[in-house]
Amino acid sequence: MKFMINCDEATAICDKSQYGEATLYDKIRLSFHLLVCKYCKTYSKQNNLMSQLFGKHLSPCDGSEKLTKEEKLELENKLQKELKGK
Amino acid sequence: MPDKVKHTLDPNKWISQYADYLYNYAITRVDGQEIAKDLVQETFFSGIKGKDNYRGDAAELTWLVSILKRKIIDHYRKINSAKGQKEVRMSFYDEGQKKGNWIEERVPQSWGNEAEKEIENTELKNALDACINKLPEKYRMVFLLKTVQQYETEEICNELDITPSNLWVIIHRARLQLRICMENNWFKN
Repeated sequence: MKFMINCDEATAICDKSQYGEATLYDKIRLSFHLLVCKYCKTYSKQNNLMSQLFGKHLSPCDGSEKLTKEEKLELENKLQKELKGK
Repeated sequence: MPDKVKHTLDPNKWISQYADYLYNYAITRVDGQEIAKDLVQETFFSGIKGKDNYRGDAAELTWLVSILKRKIIDHYRKINSAKGQKEVRMSFYDEGQKKGNWIEERVPQSWGNEAEKEIENTELKNALDACINKLPEKYRMVFLLKTVQQYETEEICNELDITPSNLWVIIHRARLQLRICMENNWFKN
């Protein structure tokens, strides 16, 4: 794999590293690219901030979404019809 | 070890026992409550149609989840081929001498020094949600599963029948899109 990477590849590695899944070689290539590219350096900095934002404002589904009683009843009726149709 | 327990199906109890679980499962993966509800309903219907094929190896819920997973994948196939789907714009030149370079209008702009202090803001959450909802559904789902639900890469790939490199391309494009959306709608003002 070549050492010099373009901006598309650099930002892709940057994204992957947000999940701790970039390889060491990837990270070295990225660091080198960031030395010579101010656009990607800006991207990288903002990407870290974006990750913080995601962590702060997006919470995993905790099982709190529920169907309403009416929705369940409706579903129950349809299901019973289907069962009898057999 | 005792002999494997044989499981049985009892469709009369499905709604009360599993509807909420399946609904939650679906809603983290598709865009909208209505679609999630429909998928749960279809799952139960398929379960009834296929109940003679149930061999009792897996618990009832596991079996229903496996049906729902297939419904979700089918749903993605359908929307991927549908016209008028939301698009992800390119951020880099994809051919020629400039291949892989930033397209000028997509180059990251400075967000100023205030950006980092603002992340507690509740309006910011709304802006973020709006940007996420502008992603094509498949991108939105892969991004959320990976970033928010923190699923393993392998798990997502198995579930959605994609390769790890597909997954990272999707994550990359989703994050590029989210970054520029937040830049235009929040940080630049």
